[in-house]
Formats: sequence, C-alpha cells, structure tokens
Amino acid sequence: MDSLQVSAIKDGTVIDHIPASRLFDVMSILNLHSCQEMITFGTNLDSKLLGKKGIIKVANRFFLDNEIDKIALIAPNAKLNIIKNYEVVEKRLVEIPDTIVSVAKCFNPKCITNHETIPTKFMVVSKKPIELKCMFCEKITTEDEVVIKNDRDE
Amino acid sequence: MDLAADFENNPNQKLLRGKVVATLFFEPSTRTRLSFETAINRLGGRIIGFSDSSSSSVSKGETLHDTIRMVSNYADLIVMRHPLEGSARYASQVASVPVINAGDGANQHPSQTLLDMYSIIKTQGRLDNINIFMVGDLKYGRTVHSLLQALSEFKNPIFNFIAPPKLAMPMEYKRFLDQKGIKYFEHTEITDIISEADIIYMTRVQKERFSDPMEYEKVKNVYILRNKMLTNTKPTMKILHPLPRVNEIHTDVDNNPHAYYFTQAKNGVFTRQAIISHIMGLK
Repeated sequence: MDSLQVSAIKDGTVIDHIPASRLFDVMSILNLHSCQEMITFGTNLDSKLLGKKGIIKVANRFFLDNEIDKIALIAPNAKLNIIKNYEVVEKRLVEIPDTIVSVAKCFNPKCITNHETIPTKFMVVSKKPIELKCMFCEKITTEDEVVIKNDRDE
Repeated sequence: MDLAADFENNPNQKLLRGKVVATLFFEPSTRTRLSFETAINRLGGRIIGFSDSSSSSVSKGETLHDTIRMVSNYADLIVMRHPLEGSARYASQVASVPVINAGDGANQHPSQTLLDMYSIIKTQGRLDNINIFMVGDLKYGRTVHSLLQALSEFKNPIFNFIAPPKLAMPMEYKRFLDQKGIKYFEHTEITDIISEADIIYMTRVQKERFSDPMEYEKVKNVYILRNKMLTNTKPTMKILHPLPRVNEIHTDVDNNPHAYYFTQAKNGVFTRQAIISHIMGLK
C-alpha cells in the first residue's frame, strides 16, 4: 500500500501514477522546489500500470487545471486525489492541453528557442502518441523526445 | 500574384520614397539579398543593413532580440535571413515594424515560394491541376517543402518526387499530403516519366549532406538533367530551380525553351516588390 510508504496529509493534493523516471520533471513543472508547504514524495514504487511509479503529496496546495495539465506531457496517466481532512474528496485525471507554453524544450537544436531566452510554445498536434509542433521552427517533438525546460534555461 | 504582374509591367514605382528598409542577412546570400535590394531600389526606398553577421554586433555577442529591437528604431521594414529556424517569427514578435522572412535555416523561405508560384502561374496559366516533379535533395531542401505546402492549397496537384533514398521527401510532408488526399509518387531516377510533367523543379544534391563521401559519389550524377532527356516532354513544361546550380542541370539545357530558371530568378524581384508593397499597405 502506497499510503503506508508515504505518509498521509490532512489537506492538499496527491499526484499518483507518475512514471518513476519523470518524478523530478513533474516537480520541476509544478515549481515545487519553491513551495514552502510540506512535500513528501516516493519513487520506484511498484505499479501494475507503470512498472515503477512515483508519487507526490503536497500539503495545502490545490492546483489549477492549467497548472496540472502541463504534467500530462510526461505523465499522461497521472491521477490527482484532492484531500480534505484526510479524506479524498475529488479524483482527477490530467488532460493534455491544446497548447503548451514554457514547459518543454524544442527538440530541434537549430530552433531559435534553444539559442535565445524565449518562452517555448507548442501546438499539440497529436495527444496519443504525444506530438508537439513548435510554434517557432514548426518542427515536431515526439513523446520520447520531450525534455522539460528548467528555470535555469530561461 | 496580380501585384507581381503589375510590377513586371511597371517595375519602377516609387512607393517606398522616404522609407528606410533594413536588410539583415545574418548569413550570406547572393540572390535573395540582391533580389530584395533591387526590389527596394525600384520602389524608391533606402537600404541599411549588413550582408554577413561578422560585420554586425552579433559578432560581439548581441542577441537577435536586441538587434531587432534596435533596428526597429531605425527602419520602417526589416528583411532578414538567419541560420536559426523560427528566427523570423520570433523577430516579428519583438519588432515594432513588419518583418519579412528571407529564409530561416532549413525552415521556410516564403518569398522564394511566392516567386515559384508566380513562375508557375505565368508559364502554365493556372495553379490548379499542376503535375510537378521535384528532383534532388528533397530531405533538406526548404524550397521544395514550402512549395509543396503552397501547391497543396490548390485543386488536384500531383507530386512526383525523384531523390536518392537518403534524401527522400520526409515522412511529415508525405503524411501531410496523405491527410489532404493528394496523390504523390516516389522515384529514384529521372526516367521517361517526366513526359507527364508540367513543372520540373530541380534542386542541388549537396555533398555536405552525406556522411559517407562514397554515397555522394554514387548518386551525384544520377540527378543531372540533360537536353536529350527532354525530347518527349509537354511543350508547355518548364524547368525551375531556386539556384545556385552546380551541375544538376547540364548547361546544354540552358538554351532549351523549357529552361526557365533564369527568368524565375528575375520574377523574384517583381514578387518581392509585391510582398513589400502589400505588407507596407502601399498597394
């Protein structure tokens, strides 16, 4: 049971079913490194769906749809449990938005976004498998090629 | 297209009098730069700019952002070529004046496409039902990619691609045609099939695209168009080439009535006059 491996929270959000290899990317996208609330996470937990999965619990944080949907790029099976007073009051799946801004890097090394300080912008041309069309160089970045932008890239 | 025809009939129209146009060529280009500068001169505009980034502050480490912001303060219009893809679109977001893309890396070269389209309509009298043969480097050649997309906007085009497998038309463009239900055929040699062509669009097979020089040696002479290959072609068929040519069109074709590439380059000036005056709202 995951709940025994990672301690419970009273109020907040649990993000489950994150591929273990993408756990830190998810934390980066959600800017959790600057979050002052209590955060617990576990990784390499057994998962029937993913083999190995990660889980993040953030106390007293409730994410907006447009914040959380950004993680769909790298964790399309992620599930959110909204916790209030130790009870799950809502479950949500993530959904890939139609445009992705300032989250991923363009795969094309000759794209201007990899050479100047520019927020990247992609149009999602396919949601399964994920294919992103760069709004600058027009090249396609596929699911396997998605690299998450760090704040340091800005 | 109508505007380009208007400028062809009357090239010296001083619509840009009193205006300054910046031509920023971050990488060298002979034809495109001269063609744009001729167009600007014929429109009566003044030109500032550079023809190589080594002679600009880019060589001191200035960002494209800063160069464009600065030049926006000086000029009424920016024409730019840049080796990075998406650079022109980014510049247009930064600039306070219009920006014309004169080529951004391997991405787009829209003024070339418009002059290709003008050359097609001028010689064929139509843009619908064009059977076009694209020959040479179809993988990296941005002109063929842009022209493919532009012709796909018209009725019933047929595309024939002739290229070595290593330089074949990329999957994304073939998928684009599939999605639009447009017919295309792939070949690896120039054969009698070119008798069906309305347009033969030649491109250079560039040695530097091959990691193995032997591969280049094997294909370099397969894609040379010669006069004797043109005996059964349609009388109205024209040969286009974005130039510069190396050896892919033998010089014995130059005086053949099917050869159109030098006139095509001339059409570039009229087309660019049309683009500039349209963007500036002058005509």
